Amino acid sequence: MDKFFTAVRLDEDLCKGCINCIKRCPTQAIRVRNGKAVITKKFCIDCGECIRICPHHAKLAVYDSLDVMNDYEYTVALPAPSLYGQFNNLEDINIVLTALKRLGFDDVYEVSGAAELASELSRKYVKDHPEKWPLISTACPSVVRLIRARFPNLIEHLLPIKAPVDIAAAIARKRAMKATGLPSEKIGIIFISPCAAKVSAVKTPLGYEKSDVDAVVAIKDVYPRLLNFMKDIEENQEIEDLTISGKIGISWGGSGGEAGGLLTDSYLAADGIENVIRVLEDLEDQKIPALEFIELNACNGGCVGGVLTVENPFVAKVKLKRLRKYQPVARNHIKKEEIQDPFWTGGVQYEPVFNLGSDIKESIEMMAKVEELCDKFPGLDCGSCGAPTCKALAEDVVRGVASEKDCIHILRQYIHKISDEISTLDSHHTVMPEERNKD
Amino acid sequence: MLNDELHLSYQILGDDFTRAGEASSDVKHKLKMMGISPETVRRVAIAMYEGEINMVIHADGGTIDVIISPSEVKLILKDKGPGIADIELAMQEGYSTAPDNIRSLGFGAGMGLSNMKKYTDEMDIETELGVGTTVTMTIKI
Ligand SMILES: Nc1ncnc2c1ncn2[C@@H]1O[C@H](COP(=O)(O)OP(=O)(O)OP(=O)(O)O)[C@@H](O)[C@H]1O
Ligand code: SF4
Ligand code: SF4
Ligand SMILES: [Mg+2]
Repeated sequence: MDKFFTAVRLDEDLCKGCINCIKRCPTQAIRVRNGKAVITKKFCIDCGECIRICPHHAKLAVYDSLDVMNDYEYTVALPAPSLYGQFNNLEDINIVLTALKRLGFDDVYEVSGAAELASELSRKYVKDHPEKWPLISTACPSVVRLIRARFPNLIEHLLPIKAPVDIAAAIARKRAMKATGLPSEKIGIIFISPCAAKVSAVKTPLGYEKSDVDAVVAIKDVYPRLLNFMKDIEENQEIEDLTISGKIGISWGGSGGEAGGLLTDSYLAADGIENVIRVLEDLEDQKIPALEFIELNACNGGCVGGVLTVENPFVAKVKLKRLRKYQPVARNHIKKEEIQDPFWTGGVQYEPVFNLGSDIKESIEMMAKVEELCDKFPGLDCGSCGAPTCKALAEDVVRGVASEKDCIHILRQYIHKISDEISTLDSHHTVMPEERNKD
Repeated sequence: MLNDELHLSYQILGDDFTRAGEASSDVKHKLKMMGISPETVRRVAIAMYEGEINMVIHADGGTIDVIISPSEVKLILKDKGPGIADIELAMQEGYSTAPDNIRSLGFGAGMGLSNMKKYTDEMDIETELGVGTTVTMTIKI
């Protein structure tokens, strides 16, 4: 699988080339070329900003449809904790979990249950590794992808523990195999996801070889179908006792939840991709005071702000908080022998995708040209050329993927120059006969 | 301008704490895009940031010239500030003349100059009281 796989796509028919997305992309991965948005895959970190901003709904995420259930003999749903924040007046998580079974899943296994294990492991890891402080959370795949491309100096701070969904998937698969006697390939472990980044993370995980998740479906697709079942289940009091998570696990659905589970005050939690970038820049420049842990989530509010959710992230956070009231602090339903490799098995490699040249010498020459072009361009960052800023166009020109004359201001000057030349030629022609007359 | 050198120039404003650090941040971005090793980028960024902040706090701004060649990064920070009376003293860890209001912003630990020395291969300070200070730092690539 391509290590730069991303889950964001363009619907060409809907794209108007309006440049809204190119301005919003935090890694400047998008250009408008020939009137349509184009994403440079290796720059994209799956943050979903372009999906949120596009007024024409031309940007979309690829994920599995619910029909994927039919591909397996036995299926287990792994609901993300953010799912619980989508419902009004939910008092018992078991209603949602029972509804998932009605929807067709054979079993459910809460990601928030595995999150509690992740919290426990993280607590110990952070305590045992002061030389790596601050450890940076790795549960948000967009953040890890951002760090691997832009913050090579921070890679060593990444917390080498698998994301809760992957820990959950491994346990769920083992349980399902044991319960049914079916071989692994007949079992479908299906994640109900708040975001597109998880689609890429499942296909190409960072830090480990393979994810146990077989398919990723969207909260927004599951949500409307659950509502009917939930009403019925509650009315008829047919609630099954399925939940395995407490306050700590559920809190992972919103920003600050993961850090909260570490039971230390020495942390910072930032959410929203622009804020995440600011924190990483400051951390790299050693402007952040000593901390043990840094939690970063690309989406506003944390996972509840993912592009595949339905509820306003801040409202969803309130709902999660309310729901937590009914839960114990933590539950420990996972037996030691069930846990398999919760730690990363490999490292994350720096991917210098933004490099200009192939070596320093060439890069110096190219950067000098970028500077020269920036002086020439008007500095309006108007976006008419299809690049988000004049500087980005300058880099594109130097990289050989755009032309100076893509800048309408340069083009205008050029046309003026040509038309001036033509009119001098013209006046030459008209003057000549008059001059001849004088003779 | 030599073809294998890149010159960058920045104006630094005095007492402007919201913009302080912009120049070093810009240099950091550019160096990263030029394939310079992450460790070198980190050293340049920290040394330049400390120097930039010193100009903002102690010298009412100035100019920073950055010269990048395939073998080294040279930083020249020039100001028309009050100058440094005793360089040896100023270089000592913990020595600072920063007033309380600056300390409350988290500066003034007296670590700037010693960090600049620590993270660079060469550092030279020329200073004259009432005239100004020029700090030149070189980081080998
Ligand atoms: N460019 C400058 N012009 C005038 N005085 C300076 C300049 N740079 C440093 N100094 C003097 O040297 C002292 C020590 O500088 P240094 O950068 O080591 O510490 P600081 O700036 O006071 O605190 P910190 O850098 O830890 O925030 C300063 O307090 C100041 O008196
Ligand atoms: S925001 Fe981007 S994807 Fe959407 S229509 Fe405009 S250019 Fe196309
Ligand atoms: S998902 Fe994010 S990084 Fe990728 S193209 Fe869209 S805005 Fe840019
Ligand atoms: Mg200082």
